[in-house]
Amino acid sequence: MAEHSSSVGFYILIFAILLVLTATTVGAAFINLGPLNPILALGIATVKALLVVLFFMHVKGASEKMTKVVILAGLFWLLLLLGLTLADYGTRLWS
Amino acid sequence: MSHSSAATAPNPALRHHFAEMEQQKNAASLGMWLFLVTEIMFFGGMFCAYLIYRLQHFNDFAAASQSLSIKLGATNTAVLITSSLTVVLAVHAARHGKRKLLVLYLLATIVLGCTFLGVKAVEYTDKFKEHHVPGPSFNFAPEYMQGHPEQSPVDMRHAEMFFSLYFVMTGMHALHMIIGVGLFSGLTWLAWKGRYTKDYYTPIEMAGLYWHFVDVVWIYLFPLLYLISRHR
Repeated sequence: MAEHSSSVGFYILIFAILLVLTATTVGAAFINLGPLNPILALGIATVKALLVVLFFMHVKGASEKMTKVVILAGLFWLLLLLGLTLADYGTRLWS
Repeated sequence: MSHSSAATAPNPALRHHFAEMEQQKNAASLGMWLFLVTEIMFFGGMFCAYLIYRLQHFNDFAAASQSLSIKLGATNTAVLITSSLTVVLAVHAARHGKRKLLVLYLLATIVLGCTFLGVKAVEYTDKFKEHHVPGPSFNFAPEYMQGHPEQSPVDMRHAEMFFSLYFVMTGMHALHMIIGVGLFSGLTWLAWKGRYTKDYYTPIEMAGLYWHFVDVVWIYLFPLLYLISRHR
């Protein structure tokens, strides 16, 4: 698996999936899905980001566990930043 | 100087404060990821500001967003994803000690990076011509002012807020791209001179992490800035 996930063919497969997802997100933007539009757009963006991080940045199969801890800690802080701030602004009464 | 000592001689790229190449590489990787975490927080602050104003002034933001060229934005997304492929192939070539292929992929990355910046420059030029750049001459033309039929008319100040965030976010992203192109130019020169071997190509890998990170930032910028409520 480690050998497989670092072959040229595998990289091109990931690249193709990324392009298909880009086309999908552009296409979906023109269809009225109501509140699902931003959810779908951000969902696709997250899948694309995961593909890049896991396979292009080789986080999947990284030898150092420390790397994964650092990444998860970074995401946790980002979640705190976005989550707590939006929880504040989202629950205020705008007048 | 016996043959055995030559066989076990340390790699000239190994710094004296590291015991072995593996340890040196892991230290570099950890340091690079820590740097990228600070970058996540740097862009995170801007994304947070954007989300707050977007929730607050959704109608105005959607109207302002529709003045952006989705075609150019999507093209740039494809260009950046392709550059990420050339970067990962450059790392692959370095790992297998293929010097010329490595130089070729690095050059391809630089060309794609410059293409992205060129398209961005075209977009910025259009925004200047349309007076969509925040400042004294800012004006949001009536055809964009309709907003959504069922909602209130567009507030020009809130549209200006969208463009402020647009220029700051894409501008900081473009600055990272410029730094990336500079970084890769230096690496290309060193790779051409044969600095990197299949036993030592850590700088290629670390610069690759940086490039992919900048790609990931754009992956989020594109839907957030270009794709809000495109349907009419």
